Amino acid sequence: MATLIKHRRIVAQPSPPELTLEPADDPAAFAERLADLRVVAVRFPKYADGRGYSIGRLLRERHGYKGELRAVGEVARDHLELLAQCGFDAFELRAGEDVDDALVAFDDLSENYQSTAAQPLPLFRRRAVA
Amino acid sequence: MYLYDEIDQRLVDERVAQFRDQTRRFLAGKLSEDDFRALRLRNGLYVQRFAPMLRIAIPYGLLSTKQLRKLADIARRYDRGYGHFSTRQNLQLNWPKLDEVPEILAELATVQLHAIQTSGNCVRNITTDHFAGVAPDEIVDAFAWCELIRQWSTFHPEFNYLPRKFKIAVNGAVADRAATFVHDIGLHALRDADGAVGFRVIVGGGLGRTPVVGQVIREFLPWPHLLTYLDAILRVYNRHGRRDNLHKARIKILVKERGVAGFRREVEAEWARLKDGPATLTAEEVRRVESRFTRPAYACLRDIAFPKSKTPFNAWRRRNVHPHRQPGYAAVTVSLKKTGVPPGDVTSDQMERIADLAVRYSFGELRVTHEQNLVFADVQQAELHGLWQELRDLGLATPNIGLLTNIISCPGGDFCALANAKSIPVAEDIQRRFDDLDYLHDIGELDLNISGCINACGHHHVGHIGILGVDKNGEEWYQVEIGGNQGRTTISGANPGAYPGSPGNRGLSPIGASLGKIIGPSIARAEVPDVIERLIQTYLALRDSEHERFVDVVHRVGIEPFKKSVYGHPDQTPADRRAALAA
Ligand code: HEM
Ligand code: SF4
Repeated sequence: MATLIKHRRIVAQPSPPELTLEPADDPAAFAERLADLRVVAVRFPKYADGRGYSIGRLLRERHGYKGELRAVGEVARDHLELLAQCGFDAFELRAGEDVDDALVAFDDLSENYQSTAAQPLPLFRRRAVA
Repeated sequence: MYLYDEIDQRLVDERVAQFRDQTRRFLAGKLSEDDFRALRLRNGLYVQRFAPMLRIAIPYGLLSTKQLRKLADIARRYDRGYGHFSTRQNLQLNWPKLDEVPEILAELATVQLHAIQTSGNCVRNITTDHFAGVAPDEIVDAFAWCELIRQWSTFHPEFNYLPRKFKIAVNGAVADRAATFVHDIGLHALRDADGAVGFRVIVGGGLGRTPVVGQVIREFLPWPHLLTYLDAILRVYNRHGRRDNLHKARIKILVKERGVAGFRREVEAEWARLKDGPATLTAEEVRRVESRFTRPAYACLRDIAFPKSKTPFNAWRRRNVHPHRQPGYAAVTVSLKKTGVPPGDVTSDQMERIADLAVRYSFGELRVTHEQNLVFADVQQAELHGLWQELRDLGLATPNIGLLTNIISCPGGDFCALANAKSIPVAEDIQRRFDDLDYLHDIGELDLNISGCINACGHHHVGHIGILGVDKNGEEWYQVEIGGNQGRTTISGANPGAYPGSPGNRGLSPIGASLGKIIGPSIARAEVPDVIERLIQTYLALRDSEHERFVDVVHRVGIEPFKKSVYGHPDQTPADRRAALAA
């Protein structure tokens, strides 16, 4: 069974996504609808298919999507931190993933050099302020 | 040297801990082979023919002696006492043990080294001109820009699972010493009329099974936009690059499919939305990164006049000593191309001795070149003779830089699981054939590059002579190409140089980056030296003067005369050819 985690907790009864984007989908095509949606999923068909990371950032940063952004498919512990930086806040772990391992996966790296969906100011701009 | 700040260090340390945990989970059976492969590759760990192989990044080729000593120590304690410098400004260890790799990475981190993103489908080690910061023809010091790109690319969350590997090279001089046209992205740092820095952006170059010379998509990108523009290119590639076929997944295929104009349009449209966003670089950040680079404290000296007599020292000075922007100084190439030693290989003992020399002669720093040599960038001309003697004692003063025996070679069948044929012994056979220094100098500048298979790790497509190992019914055969060129490099002329210690007046190669053409059917290993000899003889007969290099002649007359010299008539059999070659 796939487990959904959100805000570092297991979600007991997840609501189904209202829209699921495939890796080849163009987020711009759904832009108008996004304001009305509460749960959008992006599917990762393979462990190393990275298209969904760009889709996540586009949904959040370009199209202003504010609802739950859920990663589904081949989603594993070692993806989570990257996904979170790209704007995902809910993660449907693939079957067989160790949930306890996954819950601590967000703290592997304490900083990001880049501008990301989760932290739009790149490190160098934050450094400059500090 | 760039010196880490507290955050740079912390991130590398955290990465070590992360990989240690991943290895632990793998060994405990909690991570599958496949998943672990994606993770270990991002930390430089391959599994090869006989053992794992660990690829350590030397960011943009810059290395301190402290780091080199650590590498020597690691190679001795965790490996077999040597390392291999590759064309990608990396150091490869061929025999580490998988369960010790986290420990090795932890040791590397203590000297600000790592193996992050040296493999896998992500942005790889940024490479640059090995004379950056010291070359007289420099426009912009590339190092700070390389470091800015290194930070941008390190753990970039969006671009960690690209369709395929991604290589970026930066060049900041008039001559292109970074092979920028055969990288996924090549950047030329330039200055506009007001002296402000910007970049010419080249995309879609690459070697491998489909070699392509990159194309310019922007002539001048003002520096503040460097990272947003890279984001735009990578995003277009990440979303649209092919993932259905490993061999069509590089950006060069996407650029071909879209056409360079179409690709440019897509990138510019994406960039229009990112431009001036938070990732836009600030002058403050550029200054901050620049100021974290240590700089040599040059003495105030004058250039020295060296006698031109024919001595071994002068032969070395002509080939292995390069001009410097600072009066009284020179850059020195430490040749890792001694006959009988695999190109790029260095033992731990040598590394330590080299480190000692770099402390005494070159401010404790050195560089790694994509031609698999080392460079002491800041040597006083008055000390060249002393340095030469010490290098000679270590077998590191072969005066062959730019010459035929300065062979680039991949590890090939001796180490690599993908190889069709060996490459190191072929390099050695050729070096033995051309062991006469006078002859070698007479032949003049010639890049000879060898790859053990179509993946082209040995840059054979851009060798003036390129040799490719192929498999013919389970036997090792070799295909020969001629006329390739890595880019508009500097070449030495016959005249004494701008300062007498220089190898001569240097001009720009009249030929830009180009790919070699295959001269005919593949040949047996034993034939390789003879075939090279034939090509050289043909060249010597055809050149209009000693200033016309082998590659210039090939570009002027085409490959036909060369082809004929090797194969005779078109339906020649291998037996005919062997007889003809032996004659
Ligand atoms: C021994 C283990 C190695 C393996 C398994 C390996 C694998 C590969 C593969 C599969 C490619 C083709 C990529 C493509 O066409 O998309 C490639 C290209 C390349 N590799 Fe290696 N390689 C190894 C060692 C090296 C070494 C030692 C060097 C440097 C001497 C090197 C430098 C390069 C370069 C320059 C290219 C071609 C440039 C390009 O990517 O277009 N590799 N390698
Ligand atoms: S060119 Fe082929 S044989 Fe040589 S290192 Fe690359 S993959 Fe291995």
